[in-house]
Amino acid sequence: MFGPSVVWKVMLGAALLGAASGFIGTFAVLRRRALVGDMLAHAALPGICLAFLLVGSRELFSLSLGALATGLLGVVCVAAIARWTRTSQDAAIGIVLSTFFGAGIVLLTVIQSNPTGHQAGIDTYLFGEIASLQSRDLGTIGITALTVLFLVLLGFKELQVLSFDPEFAAAQGWPTFWLDLAVMTMVAVVTTIGLPICGVILMAAMLITPAVAARFWTNRLEHLLAIAALIGALAGAGGCLLAAPQLTATIGLGWLSSSHGVPPGPLIVLAGTALLMVSMFFAPERGLVARAWRERKLRARIAQDHLLRALYELGEKEPEARPWIDQHRLMHHGHWTPSTVPFRLSQADRKGLLEHQSNRVRFTDRGRALAAKLVRTHRLWELYMVEDWRRSPELVDRSADAVEHSLPEEVVERLEALLQSEGRLPATSLGEVPESPHPIEP
Amino acid sequence: MSVAPSIASKKVAPTTALEIHDLTVAYRHKPVLWDIDLEVPEGKLACIVGPNGAGKTTLIKATLGLVPLASGNVKIYGRPYREQRHLVGYVPQRETVDWDFPVTALDVVKMGTYGKLGWFRRPGAREREWARECLDQVELADFAHRQIRQLSGGQQQRVFLARALAQDAKVYFMDEPFAGVDAATEGAILRLLQDLRSAGKTVFVVHHDLQTAEEYFDWVILLNMRLLACGPVETTFTRENLHKTYGGRLTILDQAAEAVSRRSPE
Amino acid sequence: MFLALTNPFGPDMLPLLLQVVLLASLVNVSCALVGSFLVLRRMSMMGDALSHAVLPGLVIAFLFSGSLGVVPMFLGAIAAGIATTFLTQALHQYGHVSTDASMGVVFTSFFAVGVVLLKRYASNVHLDVSCVYEGSLLWLAMDTETVAGLEIPRQVAVVLPVLLINLAVMTLLWKEFKLTTFDAALATSMGFSAPVIHYLLMALVAMTAVASFRSVGSILVVAMLIVPPASAQLLVHRLGPLLAVACAIGVFVAAAGATLAIWLNVEPPGMMAVVAGVVYGLTVLFSPTSGLLSRALFHRRTASRILREDLLAMLYRVHEHDADQRLSLHEAIDAVGGGAAARRAFRSLRRQGDLRQTVEGLALTDQGRATASQLVRTHRLWETYLVEELGLALDHVHEPAHRIEHFIDEEIREQLAKSLPQSAEDPHGRDIPE
Repeated sequence: MFGPSVVWKVMLGAALLGAASGFIGTFAVLRRRALVGDMLAHAALPGICLAFLLVGSRELFSLSLGALATGLLGVVCVAAIARWTRTSQDAAIGIVLSTFFGAGIVLLTVIQSNPTGHQAGIDTYLFGEIASLQSRDLGTIGITALTVLFLVLLGFKELQVLSFDPEFAAAQGWPTFWLDLAVMTMVAVVTTIGLPICGVILMAAMLITPAVAARFWTNRLEHLLAIAALIGALAGAGGCLLAAPQLTATIGLGWLSSSHGVPPGPLIVLAGTALLMVSMFFAPERGLVARAWRERKLRARIAQDHLLRALYELGEKEPEARPWIDQHRLMHHGHWTPSTVPFRLSQADRKGLLEHQSNRVRFTDRGRALAAKLVRTHRLWELYMVEDWRRSPELVDRSADAVEHSLPEEVVERLEALLQSEGRLPATSLGEVPESPHPIEP
Repeated sequence: MSVAPSIASKKVAPTTALEIHDLTVAYRHKPVLWDIDLEVPEGKLACIVGPNGAGKTTLIKATLGLVPLASGNVKIYGRPYREQRHLVGYVPQRETVDWDFPVTALDVVKMGTYGKLGWFRRPGAREREWARECLDQVELADFAHRQIRQLSGGQQQRVFLARALAQDAKVYFMDEPFAGVDAATEGAILRLLQDLRSAGKTVFVVHHDLQTAEEYFDWVILLNMRLLACGPVETTFTRENLHKTYGGRLTILDQAAEAVSRRSPE
Repeated sequence: MFLALTNPFGPDMLPLLLQVVLLASLVNVSCALVGSFLVLRRMSMMGDALSHAVLPGLVIAFLFSGSLGVVPMFLGAIAAGIATTFLTQALHQYGHVSTDASMGVVFTSFFAVGVVLLKRYASNVHLDVSCVYEGSLLWLAMDTETVAGLEIPRQVAVVLPVLLINLAVMTLLWKEFKLTTFDAALATSMGFSAPVIHYLLMALVAMTAVASFRSVGSILVVAMLIVPPASAQLLVHRLGPLLAVACAIGVFVAAAGATLAIWLNVEPPGMMAVVAGVVYGLTVLFSPTSGLLSRALFHRRTASRILREDLLAMLYRVHEHDADQRLSLHEAIDAVGGGAAARRAFRSLRRQGDLRQTVEGLALTDQGRATASQLVRTHRLWETYLVEELGLALDHVHEPAHRIEHFIDEEIREQLAKSLPQSAEDPHGRDIPE
């Protein structure tokens, strides 16, 4: 579809557009209005057609003005329907989207029956004509992107409080209706600039996907905006790369390229989706892999805690501090599957908490200190529960199981002080392991 | 918090902090609050008490101009709310916002300063310092940089309180700050309310727990679609008044509201 | 631009018109059936999402089966529809993404995959993307076969089964659909799995979308899924009638859209979407129950009723105060606010025979007196209620009573009378009329 000389220009254009739509789309997504972008993109068709009929040329600026006019009319219609009728917001969006688009198709057939308009097919509108990007269009996109950036930075705190808590914003005296309209207008402007170049579906995706992907990387709105813009730009540039045959052939993806008739629009969408998947799985902290990893580590620690406590309880009655315990006894002591015990033991061994001797294990000094701390937390909680929650001693064991891994040290100390002040602990035993309130199973 | 001692705490004649006159609110022509008239002097901890659907939240929202009034007016320190916005702090119900929103606790508290900053001025070092102090007041200084989802329910509630403190207001409206919080938070909130009172602030709290209402507050507003009583706890929080508020004698009022909405356009 | 006008009812066009209307009606009715539940469940945009997202299912089904047969097409669409629903839900649940955003991400990605597959592997098929968008109703309607002496479009063989399946499922699972739409939690607690019904509905939507969009295009599918049910929602309040009205609107839209399209020589699907939008707009304005116009009229009627009642009650009170006093027409009209509305109220009262104009001034007839005494009774009972039961101050009760007297009917009034201590006087010490 395009040669090497154009490819850089096209990539720059797509990247700029991706950045602008990712940036402003973030607010649409946060305001729970993600699909308004989809509606805007569809509602722009009659405007584009009307502008074409009036001006008679495919110049980006006039087409965009037309698109903006009907797009904003659509936004107003949705707001009016939601305000004045019993129709819900989502149905309102669907009604406006399909009706306006239908009107657009009608106008399009009118254009196509005109001798001057035969080349402006619906394909162009659906997927855009990114290859026909002119340097002047680049300028339009750049100026739009900069304007949106400037306006958002200017009103950052207003938009932040509006998006987070509109009611509080209203109570503080901000004109929430007008601020909302300003955001929607910016979304509409970016959409309409991008539409003739990138097409309907691409614009809907470019407003939503970067913001969703960026959300996995950060917990700050400032960073979210920047990352969404970056992801938008990467998706735009990446999609164009995939569509350029000379470049993709060298990396073995030539079958995707536009020489086989694949337009760049869907490829840009898919590049964005790929970035979203990477973010969703591999982002630190919020990513699924990181979350699964944390979950796994937590479970391993809980299993280790249980093992240490069991070893402590089994050796508690022995005269020496670190008696040898038979592995077999350990396997049948706790609430675990016996077959997992050897693995847990070897893990604890590797951490230097235990030492092995043929079939027997015993604590190292460090292991014993750790186990004593756990048992202490466990039993203090049990003592507290028996008395204060009036639970029977047999039942408190399981509840303490759940608590002992996460009770902070200061709570344990408060608990100890409380129990001591009520005379339920001997006065000398601060920091020591109390007696278990229930018999330990052999 | 460095709060300048207000006039009231110097024991001059008490001023009226909130004055509501003939307030009626209707949703889709169905009256939910009828002809409310009340006055609350400065420096009181006032609780708004009433059964579910009594219009407690609506009373606060109407006062803050968040829902349209069918009739009546609201005055803060003798002047319309619009002119006195800077004197008012607001704590909405916790469920009204998206706690997954990408902001930290400190960001949320900073939002309290936005009203005074005015259009387009960014919060600077001074606002950040002030927001930190407010977070410290609710004992959450260590959590300033946590994303708000990572806070417990009670901590989220305290972040909202800190945001209201950051508004540096004279009159506070809090919608169920005690709902669903742990004992530690309840204690912290109560201490905070008492601090506010001793600084001469007036606080309105929507409250559900009749057991603690008498103990925590010194002024009470009994509400059930209309005002049943408004006055000092000792004289107003009586068995008889509570019976009127919660008793079933308001069915006719309810039916009348239904009739009005039925015979009005949707 | 010049439109070449064609007479749609001319002998050369009428058969085509009928075929287009037949095909489009079948499509619209099956869309309206499933769409009603989408709209009631507040997931209208799922219709938009699914009608785009079925594309890859369709293309893959084609690539595997090598034909555009009905069965592989439906299977592909249902698979894509269920995948979309599942992924939207998964992204929402595991990625903490809001539902609308996750829907947007999933359907745009699916559509993009569909387009890439189509352009890459199936570009020679008669299934190009713009046709997915606009549909090719005219061509399909012209492609007919003679069945029992009638020219029936072949495409009917695709859309009719879908309609029948939709009807059958709705009939069999009527109460399940109704219950899960109304209260999913209750339904689940009663043993009807809400998620199963949800997925079933989505599969039906996907199937309907794919069967329809070759004829009318995906965006018109969205229009037909959402607009007729949304209009019906403004007209009726019960589920059964809602579905019936939505289907009727669908048929009307097909007929009117096709006629206009042939007349103006434009694409019928686009025209149908426009007609649907116009129907919705008219419903918003003129619906007898919730239309803006009927509400405005009702408002006006209520206002003038209040004015008439005020006029009557005032004359009653004047008479009560001093039986010999008569207000002149001018004084009376001024007392209720004056102006044209008050004069109209006066004229209509005189026409109804509630009052008459004598030489001394205005007087109530017996009929007018009876009405007025009931109004004054309501007013004073309400004042008594406010003072006795709610402890309001005397100077605060007139205004509310003045407003409420126009809205309280006999039942509430007598209940009010019963609940108050028997007293013949209101708090101001005036008689409460019987």
